[in-house]
Amino acid sequence: MNFFGSARRFLISSAIAYVILKALFLSGFLTGYVQQIILSSFIVILTSLGLNVIYGYTGQFSLGHAGFYGIGAYAAAFLGVHFKIDSVIAFIPVLFAGGAAAALIGFIVGVPILRLRDDFLAIATLGFGILVRVLLDNSDKFIEVLGGSRGFIGIPKLVNIDLVIGTTVFLLLITRNLIFSRYGLFWQCIKDDELASMVFGINSARMKLMAFTYGCFLAGIGGALYAYLYSFLHPSNFDFLKSIDFLIIVIVGGMGSITGTICVGFLWIAIIEGLRIALPPQVLELRWVLIPLMLIAVMMWKPYGFFARRESRLLGLGKES
Amino acid sequence: MELLSYLLQQLINGLQLGAVYALIALGYTMVYGVLRLINFAHGDIFMFGAFTAYYLISKWDVPIYLVFPITMAVTGLLGFLIEKIAYRPLRSAPRISLLITAVGVSLFLEYFLSLNSLFTPNYIGFPRPFEVTGYDLSLFTLTNVQLIIFAVTLFSLALLYLLIYKTKYGRAMRALSHDQEVASLMGIHVDGIISFTFVVGAALAGLGGILYAFAYPQINVFMGIMPGIKSFIAAVLGGIGIIHGAVLGGIIIGVSEVFVSAFLSSTLRDGVIFFILFLVLLLKPSGIFGKRIDKV
Amino acid sequence: MKALDVLGLKKSFGGVTAVEDLTFSVEEFETVGIIGPNGAGKTTLFNLITGLYRPDSGKVLFFGQNLHGVPSFRLAHLGISRTFQNLRLFNSLTVLQNITAPMLGMHGYGIAPAIFRTHRYRATERAADKKGRMLLDFFSLSGKEEQLASSLPYGDQRRLELARALSIEPRLLLIDEPGAGMNPREIQDLLRTLRQVKEHFRLTIVVIEHQMGLIMNLSDRVMAMDFGEKIAEGTPSDVKKDRKVIEAYLGEELVC
Repeated sequence: MNFFGSARRFLISSAIAYVILKALFLSGFLTGYVQQIILSSFIVILTSLGLNVIYGYTGQFSLGHAGFYGIGAYAAAFLGVHFKIDSVIAFIPVLFAGGAAAALIGFIVGVPILRLRDDFLAIATLGFGILVRVLLDNSDKFIEVLGGSRGFIGIPKLVNIDLVIGTTVFLLLITRNLIFSRYGLFWQCIKDDELASMVFGINSARMKLMAFTYGCFLAGIGGALYAYLYSFLHPSNFDFLKSIDFLIIVIVGGMGSITGTICVGFLWIAIIEGLRIALPPQVLELRWVLIPLMLIAVMMWKPYGFFARRESRLLGLGKES
Repeated sequence: MELLSYLLQQLINGLQLGAVYALIALGYTMVYGVLRLINFAHGDIFMFGAFTAYYLISKWDVPIYLVFPITMAVTGLLGFLIEKIAYRPLRSAPRISLLITAVGVSLFLEYFLSLNSLFTPNYIGFPRPFEVTGYDLSLFTLTNVQLIIFAVTLFSLALLYLLIYKTKYGRAMRALSHDQEVASLMGIHVDGIISFTFVVGAALAGLGGILYAFAYPQINVFMGIMPGIKSFIAAVLGGIGIIHGAVLGGIIIGVSEVFVSAFLSSTLRDGVIFFILFLVLLLKPSGIFGKRIDKV
Repeated sequence: MKALDVLGLKKSFGGVTAVEDLTFSVEEFETVGIIGPNGAGKTTLFNLITGLYRPDSGKVLFFGQNLHGVPSFRLAHLGISRTFQNLRLFNSLTVLQNITAPMLGMHGYGIAPAIFRTHRYRATERAADKKGRMLLDFFSLSGKEEQLASSLPYGDQRRLELARALSIEPRLLLIDEPGAGMNPREIQDLLRTLRQVKEHFRLTIVVIEHQMGLIMNLSDRVMAMDFGEKIAEGTPSDVKKDRKVIEAYLGEELVC
């Protein structure tokens, strides 16, 4: 088994990043708010990576990714509160349960809708995302503690930097290994030409479903981490606009580039939060006027994203020889 | 008798909403027909129409018969500008980039209008330039608002049909939606017709905005999001790219929404719409009037 | 047992009949050429055999097995491969990946080996890499392995299309107009390549082609089609002289 050996460079760069961040966190240099922002950017990157697998590599246009993010968050939150967990060790199975819940729903939904043509798939996933939002808003009618439109409170704050970075690095590694294996190759074949893929022996329906389910799994993990980082869930965090967030990161980062997702993931959060800090209070509301304008400008400048199909050698993300 | 009366009343209410959805859906379907683009900013053009009408009525006291044409001209212009500035440069880019740009335009419109120097992110009361009166027709009540909506919508639809089926611009639009390459080889000025399509669609959306505001006189910069999505679903339901599909779809969605609200529960309202959507996509994605796509 | 049996195959689109009551067969290791004017239904026939279209009636037997209802992707595993007239390469993949992807589809490894980079993963990848490079060498594409398929000159792309078809080690190879748009010198190269393919790979070949010279020099037997029907069948020289065939081509350039 060559799991770690093949990813030496990546693990080294991750370790360096971890050490630096951990030091910063412990030093007291960063406020609690900034720490939360940094951790949430890892979460966003992980979730966007899921969308990158679904869309960036396999070419399946999903506009409902936040729905799976939400399913993971609420599932994990419910399990944790129900079983009254209070330690990080106890959280780990809950974390994976969140991912599994999202993956399961992704699988069930995927079977019928993934055979739709790209525009219609977009509409179907858009509809699904909104359906999840509606269900979450009414969730307290089914299960009281989920809170409905009042929000889900009382989730223990069990997520720290070790867990977030550890999970992200681990799953990033698994994702990268999948992408640079025959499965990633099949996904790209399907994106390029699904018909030709089938002719040459690729079970495209199964591969599409696999990509979709795995991408939803990552979203579920991200959601679970989010729930236990912020200790509070509200349906408005899992709506269409959130799906667009992830999509923007994947597209601007460059479809089919892990490096792109990571870089733009951090950049996106940095810009949103940076503008919050940088702009004087009177013009703070300009933030959301400037951001879409920047988005439009970026799309015109780099319609294929910044890192289209390229990976960073420095971070060790490319294919190992 | 009671039940019949209630049923008919809800039907009228549903048609009122459906008419507005139909107007918005027409814009989606026409733009998709010529560009294969889902114009995410379309719902915000609808919102822009409502705000324009609000501005005209409350700040400038414009009489109602002028509010309609002026607003439609303004939103038409907006549609033209959006296409020219944001979409046309990306004509050869991957479709997804165009979609992200459309999202950018949508967000920009919403947050720009929400700036306190312009309007406000809060709800604004829309000043109807007339008193609401109802006409008691024994079985149900018909308000003047509803009459206006029905009359204006029918009139606009008639004009639209004349435009699409009886003029050369309409013929060019239809040609373009079939095959852009061939259409341009036939001498059709593709860019011009695309602009024209956007203008017409946007004008109709703006009209929808005015009528919606008459019916539900609380406007807000985010008011276009849900009606936009629902109208889009209506366009898909009827058959995306097909004009009468948009109209039928809009009516079905409007009536369904009101009926679910009245007979089941208002919180399930939106959920049912998406349920309908999934049914359509699973059974016949090309919509009610769509051609069967011969998939292997 | 015959390699390919087409029995009473019929397909219409809307009101237009593309293939009408077509029956023919191909022996194993034979090379059969299919000629006919444009619109004769040749490519439709290929699409019917490879499961891209469903026939209205009739059936296709591959070594006795009825292909009805067999999903497209399984045909490769049965041993049927094809090229596309308009080239359908995997454009965002490299030249080598266009070859190894189908190979890895035929003999691969599971998800766990992929994730954990087990010995099985590395051995399989290495084998595919090696075989892929050899195959590319056969088609004179050595040195271009890491280039994107979309960046190749057109002639190389055609060869890659053919190489890819052979990457899955098929028993039956359907080649769709390999010589389209080629000049006489390129046709000679193609003929040479296809002869080498015949020698080197033991397989049954069915070729659609307009270029008479190619068909005549490559095929053991020829079938002519027009308006979706078979109008002649026999040795190349017989078919070439057949009156119906000449008539069908009247008004078209007869390229000898």
